[in-house]
Amino acid sequence: MIKYTLRRLIQAIPTVFGITILSYLLMTAAPGGPVRALTAGDPRITAQQREQMAIRMGLNDPWPVQYLRWLLGDDWMRWDADGDGVADHAFLIPLDADGDGVPEPPGDRLGVIRGDFGRSYYARRPVLDVITERIPATLELGAAALLLSLTLGVPIGIIAAVRRGGGFDNFTRVMSVIFNAVPVFWLGLILILVFGSWLGLLPMGSRCEPTLTGDCPPIYGRLNYLLLPTVVLATGGVAAYSRYMRTSMLDVIGQDYIRMAYAKGLRARQVWFVHAARNALIPLATFLGPAITGLLGGAAITETIFSWPGLGRLGVASVVQQDYPVVMAVVIMTALATVLGYLLSDILYAWIDPRIRFD
Amino acid sequence: MTATTAQTAVDLKATRAVGESLWQTALRRLRRDRLTLLAMATLLLLATLSVLAPLISDVVLHVDPNRTDIANKFLPIGAPGHLLGTDDLGRDHLSRLLHAGQISLGIGFAAALLTMTIGLTLGVVTGYYGGAVDDFVNWIITTLDSIPSLFLLLIIAAVLSPSPGTLVLVLASIGWTGITRLVRGETISLRSREFIISARSVGASHWRIMFIHIMPNLFSIVAVTLAINIGNLILIESGLSFLGLGVKPPTATWGNMLSNAQTFFTKGPHLVILPGLLIVITVLCLYVIGDGIRDAFDPAMKR
Repeated sequence: MIKYTLRRLIQAIPTVFGITILSYLLMTAAPGGPVRALTAGDPRITAQQREQMAIRMGLNDPWPVQYLRWLLGDDWMRWDADGDGVADHAFLIPLDADGDGVPEPPGDRLGVIRGDFGRSYYARRPVLDVITERIPATLELGAAALLLSLTLGVPIGIIAAVRRGGGFDNFTRVMSVIFNAVPVFWLGLILILVFGSWLGLLPMGSRCEPTLTGDCPPIYGRLNYLLLPTVVLATGGVAAYSRYMRTSMLDVIGQDYIRMAYAKGLRARQVWFVHAARNALIPLATFLGPAITGLLGGAAITETIFSWPGLGRLGVASVVQQDYPVVMAVVIMTALATVLGYLLSDILYAWIDPRIRFD
Repeated sequence: MTATTAQTAVDLKATRAVGESLWQTALRRLRRDRLTLLAMATLLLLATLSVLAPLISDVVLHVDPNRTDIANKFLPIGAPGHLLGTDDLGRDHLSRLLHAGQISLGIGFAAALLTMTIGLTLGVVTGYYGGAVDDFVNWIITTLDSIPSLFLLLIIAAVLSPSPGTLVLVLASIGWTGITRLVRGETISLRSREFIISARSVGASHWRIMFIHIMPNLFSIVAVTLAINIGNLILIESGLSFLGLGVKPPTATWGNMLSNAQTFFTKGPHLVILPGLLIVITVLCLYVIGDGIRDAFDPAMKR
């Protein structure tokens, strides 16, 4: 098992590399660039100053050089060999990039490989800080949504399966198709319109009341803020899990040991929930890994509608602002989560079901 | 001798009258599937209205979808001269909804067709030949699928700041992986069947085997995926346009008509409800049609 896990992790390395190269290439190809996004609407800044800014930020280097700087750092691209504090050697990039006769300061970036994700152009702080302060909000919303979709989806699937073809089965089948056809953002808008605007029962967005410190009270103090985004994020999950659970349950119900359980006189309820449902849950484990990932990535739109201060919204905003270091960090995090999610679900599957063996 | 041949011919004719081809069965089933027919009719109606949007605006409604009228903004449904009211800039809502439908439906259909063309060709070729090309394409697919597609879409959309045409290319450049995988898998399973081996033994070229023998067998899964894909692509396009990274105003799509929706809550709730409702109805119809085709072509279904 350890060997299998290691092999899968090693196989994931080229994939993650491919993702970073592709994302970087695409991002640097975007017109405008971070400098224009940063200085937009500021008439005091001249075109010349913008050019200087771009040079200092290394944005005028060819994209492979920029990518290398991001990946491996730039302390080996321009460095100070004699210790006088002035850079005197350069590799791949010019010593005096802006042409003012004075060498640029020595490179101080370590690169992602050495744990340096750079600084956000926009927030002017280390990317890791910007990202880590967003993680709790995303996890909170994701966990709540996963919990809701499982607690609703699994029982719905079980009941639909044991009452196959009945009213409940047909009703939930229709509902799941309808909910799949509803755009997430529109569902969010309608819920905000009804519960926030018309009825005034729930807040229209954000994670909690604005506070002086910017921190939020403990979660039980702001469940009203959590409710609508959780419902919106969970609908897809409820629809999917109830369908999977129904299929899986139908498979199990046809097995001999279920007939055996009835034959020895167990009550139907006991057969369904104790004997059948436990085995029917096994295939669902394979969806758990990707589901966790999906909640990370799929929350972007939900977080944006509800002004939820999470990773997804940060990602969307950073793409718009062309804040490359932040976008890259979000892409890497979500890509890693995807790879690990699939691995996790494979391992879970083997762990729950002893008939499955790897290697 | 002649008598026997004639006898066989008659027998054959008789069997043909009783038995029917897969296609005949499928069409017969579809004709009796009321829900699918209703979905097809609804979709056809929406598509026709959208295609005729310029004509309808001009001749029937006498409005220009992009003409702003600040004096008459946020008119409610049923206001004189504006059947479905007006939006935040006083533009006629019905006319904009129809024009938006043209773009939204157009993008969905075009992107799905392009996706299918890429997926079908690539899937059949990689599945049939296997080897290094297959490995390479598979690696690309795994890589692309590991990036949360929303972020990839956002990045690409930001790069191109798309017109409807480029948005189709963007959506297809992401969407081809799913159908390629599906077609590839199906091709691999078909490749080793007897009828392919027999085709090869009589000297059919690779090209002929792929396009004459394998592709027709993929029809039903491709048709089902196509219908569902159009729906999904319409959903994705609307989400992207809602975030402001899809088609830019003043060109209306059902998605970007909602991008300022939060500011309409008190003044014009119909501006929030109607574009979304049209998306839901369209996508729902496509899902139902996809399901209907699947059932119609499923040999296991007896009806």
